[in-house]
Parts: sequence; C-alpha cells; structure tokens
Amino acid sequence: MSAVARESVTRPAADGAPLLRLSGVGKRFANAVTALDGLDMEVRAGEFVSLLGPSGCGKSTALRLIAGLTEPSEGRLEWDENEKDRRASEPHSIGFVFQEPTLMPWASVFGNVHLPLKLAGVGRREAEPSILEALELVGLSAFRDAYPRELSGGMKMRVSIARALVTKPRLLLMDEPFAALDEITRFKLNNDLLEVWRRLRCTIVFVTHSVFESVYLSSRILVFRARPGRVSAELVIDPNQPRDETFRTSPEYAGLCRETSLALARAMDAP
Amino acid sequence: MSTSPLRWLLPLGVLAALVLAWALVVKLNNLPPYVLPAPGVVLETLVEDRAVLFASMLVTLRTTVIALALAVAGGVALALLFASARIVEFSLFPIAVILQVTPVIAVAPLMLIYLSTDAAVLLCAWIVAFFPVLSNTTLGLNSVDPNLRDLFRLSGATRWQTLAQLKLPTALPYFLGGLRIAGGLALIGAVVGEIAAGSAGQGSGLAFRIVESAYRLNIPRLFAALLLISLTGILIYAVLSLLSWLVLRRWHESELGGRT
Repeated sequence: MSAVARESVTRPAADGAPLLRLSGVGKRFANAVTALDGLDMEVRAGEFVSLLGPSGCGKSTALRLIAGLTEPSEGRLEWDENEKDRRASEPHSIGFVFQEPTLMPWASVFGNVHLPLKLAGVGRREAEPSILEALELVGLSAFRDAYPRELSGGMKMRVSIARALVTKPRLLLMDEPFAALDEITRFKLNNDLLEVWRRLRCTIVFVTHSVFESVYLSSRILVFRARPGRVSAELVIDPNQPRDETFRTSPEYAGLCRETSLALARAMDAP
Repeated sequence: MSTSPLRWLLPLGVLAALVLAWALVVKLNNLPPYVLPAPGVVLETLVEDRAVLFASMLVTLRTTVIALALAVAGGVALALLFASARIVEFSLFPIAVILQVTPVIAVAPLMLIYLSTDAAVLLCAWIVAFFPVLSNTTLGLNSVDPNLRDLFRLSGATRWQTLAQLKLPTALPYFLGGLRIAGGLALIGAVVGEIAAGSAGQGSGLAFRIVESAYRLNIPRLFAALLLISLTGILIYAVLSLLSWLVLRRWHESELGGRT
C-alpha cells in the first residue's frame, strides 16, 4: 500500500505477537469421526502460516474452527485480548476463501465482491471505492461487470479473493484455494497473493496439501498428521527471503521442499 | 438458440405438410364436414364464429391466468414455509402429493356440488398448477451452495438477508422451470373443469364450446375451438419462456444456448 512497502520485495518478520491460540482442541462429528484431537497451534500477527497435510487430517476443520463456522468439541480457542475487542466492534475482520470460487452466479463480479459489505449494510455507492480497490488488488478492474460464468477458473478465484479482501480483514483464511487450478495459473496467483499479503499486512492462514506451494508462500508451516488430526512438525522460513521465480528454482527452495516433504512423510508414518 | 433459419423453417415445413395431407385426405375421400372438415373450412368457421369463440377463449385464458397466479402465490408461500421448518414439510408434503396424484377430472364433479361453477373450474386449474410450483421451488430453496451459506453466516447475514439474497436467487431457475410446467397444466385444469361443468349445462369457455359443438355435430366449430385452445397453450408457454429468458439470460446455463 505505501511506497515503502512497494520498493522492497520483502517485509519485516512477523512481530510474533500471538493473534490466536488453539489449545487441546478436539473436534468430533456427529458420525463419530474424529477430525482433530489435542490440536495445539498458534497464529501470530502478520505471518503467513500454512497448514500442510494429507487429505482428511483435519486442517480444513481447523480453519473452520478459527472462522467460527464450527465449534470445538473440546479444548479452547483464545483470541488475543486486543483482537477480541476489535472483533467485537468489527465483525468482518475475517476473510474466508473456499476451495471452490463459491461465487453467486446471478451477480456480476462487482455484485459478488460487494456481498460482504452489502450484508453489513453498506450500500453500493458507499462500497464502490472498497470494491474497486479489491478488484484492482487482484487485477480484475476491467471485469467488474462480467458474470462468473464468463470468467476462467483462475479469474473466478481472483474474484473470490477480492471478495474476501473487500472488508480489509486482518485475518485471511484460505482453504486450498488454488487446488483446482492449473499450475501456470497457480504460480501466478501465488505471486499475486504474496503481493496482496505484503501490501495489506494482514495475517494469512493457508490450508494446502502441496509441499511446494507451502514452502513458496509461507513464513511458517505447520505439518499436520491424520487420525487423530494434530500438528506434528513446524518449519520456519525466513520471511525476508524474496519469493520470486529465482527463489522457485533455487537450491535453497529445493532444500526447504525436501525438508518439508520429510516432515510430511514422518507425519504420515506416525502411529 | 441457434440462429440458423432452418431452426424455424423445418418445423414450419413439417406443420405445413401435415395440414396439406389433412386437406388432401378430405378432398380425395370426399369427406363431409361433419366427419372431418377441411383445414380451410375450419379457418372459415373460426372467422365466422369469431365473436363467440374469442369471447370463450378469453374466459378460458382468464381462468388459466388467475389459477396460475394463485398457484404461484400458494406454491411459493408453501415452499417458503417448507424451507423454514422441515417439520412443516414432513407434515404437509404428503397432502400436496395426494392432491397431485388424484386425477382432477375425478374430483371435479364433487367440487361442482360444493362450489359455484366458476369457483370449481378455477379450483380444478389451481390444483394441477400448484404442485409443480411447490415442488420445484422447494427443491430450489434446498439447493443452496453450502459454501455460500457459510459465507453468509461469516458475514453476519440475517435470516431475511439469507432468504432474499441467497435462497430466493438460488431457487429462481427451479421456480421458473416449475412455472412453465404449471402454465400448461393450468390450461389443462381449466379445460377439464369446463368440460365437467359444461356437461352440467354451465360455462362458456372454449372447452364448453367443444362439448356443445360435439352435441350439435358442428364439427368445424369443434376443430376451430380446439385450434384456439392449442394457440392459448402455445401463447402461455411462449410468454413464460420469454419471462424465463429475460430473467436468466445473463447467468443461468439453461438460457445460454450454445454460447460458451
């Protein structure tokens, strides 16, 4: 957003202040499936943390717990005191991006991005600057009047991200948002997402099952294991490391990917 | 829709060929008009009896439109009630099914005993038109994308906002599909009601003209009335299709034709 942030590709390390802490969180569904058991994790202000794990390890459930879309069966989910106050005064401090674009087919791109503000009682005219800014962030300014069916999969996902950003959330939760996209589109969106993160200085919790994606994007990776779902390893990646095509092909990146893959393999072998 | 003129010319050609075959059968066999009138004779009768026939057409059309409007109001209202509480759906849906599966022609004499003729005919048309609106709208209201529902919850949407901005738009294409079926059925219900009432010596709709013409062996007029009923049905279908196209053309797959 500011000129200073634009100049450098990097950003200062997350200040480390915990935004949210989950302790001993368990989640069982009505069909007796245990998605999470004894999950301890922390989300720190300003970081880009990935939840990495195999399918069915409860990482999406963890994200839904953080969003408040579901309640834990046991354990606690504590927000930072300041954050709690802010959340009380601004209910829209969380943005959520689903695996599918999840757009309303009957509304234009503009209408779809308007939705969270509209539901908060912000009229079209009043919301317009925020909507245009969000569309500009994802590079879709020219498509404001298009309908979702007229867009490609990658563009739909951009709209979905713009919709999550339009309320300027301090916490952005993303549930395998790029899993259904082709690799070229995915790489492009990875870079755009990092740019958004840098400009908005928000906190991102990103669920993925791709080792490469998590290493490329994150400042911290939490590796999940399944049955019961919980965190089995944590990897920290220097947030000052520039993330670009040079990084993607560098030996450092390959090394980090290997390390992460090993952690994931250990998590999957764990009894 | 394909823009090729063949889309229009081919069905028109087939129709013209059938009418021509009809005219030939009458001419070659020297059939008298009270057995099978030639197409020309039917058209002549239509013009000669236009005062009576068009007045009857308006009566039938009016019954159909009112019944359809009431079916939409009742069907949508009940579907909304179903969507708000499953228990209401469990309790009432079987009754709606019973109403639907009992042939309306069998119930019509009973209705004519308890109601005035006009009301009975209207009720016949309403009963058959009501069900597709109800079942399709209910299906639509229950077809909301669960992720969008979560998004509305996350954004703190009220029940009213979720209904108006999520459930109703989701249900719209389903409702319009039901409406198109209901339009045709309302006409059938009106005709059935009129025939049942007509045999009791009442009514002045197109179906009554058919029964009356049959009694008097005025077969050309019977054909003319039949033609008008078909045209009424086509008109209703065309209007409802146009409505559906106007509402859905920007976003729903059903109205996009071959466009990708």
